[in-house]
Amino acid sequence: MSAQVTIVGAGVAGLCAARALAWRGAEVVVWDREAAPGPHHCSWWAGGMLAPYCEAESAEPEVVAWGQSAADWWERAGAEVTRNGSLVVSLTRDRADLARFAKRTEGYRTVGAAGIAELEPDLEGRVSQGLFFEAEAHLTPRAAMAGLRAALQADGVRFRVGEVEPASLPGTVVDTRGFSARDVLDDLRGVKGEMLVLSCPEVSLSRPVRLLHPRMPFYIVPRGGGIFMLGATQIEAVGDRITARSMMELLNAAYALNPAFGEAEVVEIGVDSRPAFPDNLPRVVRDGAVIRANGLFRHGFLLGPWLGERVADMVMEARDARRA
Amino acid sequence: MRDFYGVTLDTPLMLGTAQYPSPAVLAEAFRCSRASVATVSLRREQGGGQDFWSLIKELGVHVLPNTAGCHTVREAVTTAHMAREVFGTKWIKLEVIGEEDTLQPDVFGLVEAARVLSEDGFEVFPYTTEDLVVAGKLLDAGCKVLMPWGAPIGSGLGLNNLFGLRAMRAHFPDVPLVIDAGLGLPSQAAQAMELGYDAILLNTAVAKAGDPAMMAEGFARALEAGRLAFDADPMEPRDMAAPSTPVIGKAFLE
Repeated sequence: MSAQVTIVGAGVAGLCAARALAWRGAEVVVWDREAAPGPHHCSWWAGGMLAPYCEAESAEPEVVAWGQSAADWWERAGAEVTRNGSLVVSLTRDRADLARFAKRTEGYRTVGAAGIAELEPDLEGRVSQGLFFEAEAHLTPRAAMAGLRAALQADGVRFRVGEVEPASLPGTVVDTRGFSARDVLDDLRGVKGEMLVLSCPEVSLSRPVRLLHPRMPFYIVPRGGGIFMLGATQIEAVGDRITARSMMELLNAAYALNPAFGEAEVVEIGVDSRPAFPDNLPRVVRDGAVIRANGLFRHGFLLGPWLGERVADMVMEARDARRA
Repeated sequence: MRDFYGVTLDTPLMLGTAQYPSPAVLAEAFRCSRASVATVSLRREQGGGQDFWSLIKELGVHVLPNTAGCHTVREAVTTAHMAREVFGTKWIKLEVIGEEDTLQPDVFGLVEAARVLSEDGFEVFPYTTEDLVVAGKLLDAGCKVLMPWGAPIGSGLGLNNLFGLRAMRAHFPDVPLVIDAGLGLPSQAAQAMELGYDAILLNTAVAKAGDPAMMAEGFARALEAGRLAFDADPMEPRDMAAPSTPVIGKAFLE
């Protein structure tokens, strides 16, 4: 008999867990508050960078290790993954920050003004030093989530709409509710992230560009068709509104990369609380009959695959133990 | 050790809580640093999350809220009031930033804000320069602690004006003095203690080190070394060699 699993929460964590379980032949039901991926999911606001090497700058080594296979996993799951690498640059005055970034990371080659202009012609003359992480990739989170959901439905995974309490459900239950699971996970906290979506057909970029910034890990991700996502602050708080300062700093950083962004239209403002544990690493833990998978922090798409596979491991181990 | 508004600190380190890779790393760095004060910002990165505040409280050290990011007297005074409510302390590290590139204090606004807050019962720790006249006016405004910069915030340049800092120590022998900002290395912290400063305040040097906990440990040891050196009354430097054994009258000459 195949394993029967109920997942609560259909953000990136829940969808990745459903994918991993369905691949292993489990019968999966997924509950969510809404009928489709949307703004109630933290992952709706994500950058979608699959950049394990860059993350090493401030993350624990586990993030690099666990994120290695993310791009392959997403491709296998049917997502459109762009493998153009990522580019890290700094303004001349923040040269020391680039040196620091280079010291903390690997998997890059140093590029000067000419190298940057070759990779991203629209940055020519704006920045003269950078690091190119060739093996990194990115995807478009909303498309990836919708695609994954559709693929899961096609594979027989059933989606139900409603708010349910994981502990009240029978059988094997996986809680992937993100920050909503705060009531059962004492050391889960929210880290506020603020982002903007701009429409700027004048500018074209082929890959995520990180501009080293003294107060936030700033990046700009091209979504194609002149659409860009700018992110993202990391504020130790919960909130659903952007501050003027954050918005100014995001726009200012984009403007510094290319003044044409000054003429861009602001398409969207996004704010949400990333669920995070004290070490900012995700966890998959058993809590009675429920498996709690949470704490993806700023790594929803990078570490979602790892988290999904760990959930599937745990479910399968328990089933095998019961059989034995 | 001199007291800070009636509080004697166990160690001369005040450590900031911004920019760490994670709260877990922050907590470990605090343990290793033996810091006795944690500075916290109500604005910007730290936003005001209850979870983060509880984490700071769990560190078990004195909390010194700051007005980082404030550019006017009014902003600073408002932020100080919010901090008093959130943390239940009269202590406030007063920053009134006057210039964006160097983040150096607007000393005019600083003196004014210090006066307003002191009259309102706050115990003010002003982030200032090594200017003696400004220092005097801050004391007149009610401050009982002074915090001159070593170098611009986050620059890691160390003690940029040794003459000025030495003069300040000599000029205000009885005022608790804290080097605030600009330190990047433990040796610079040791130097501050050797000059007779009472404490140092750090953030970036630890938070942005590759291994924050190890750097925190390095600072803790340097502070101890510097303090011991100052208390031991160091020798005076001199121009000529001073042989430790007499030259004339040596028994054996070659």
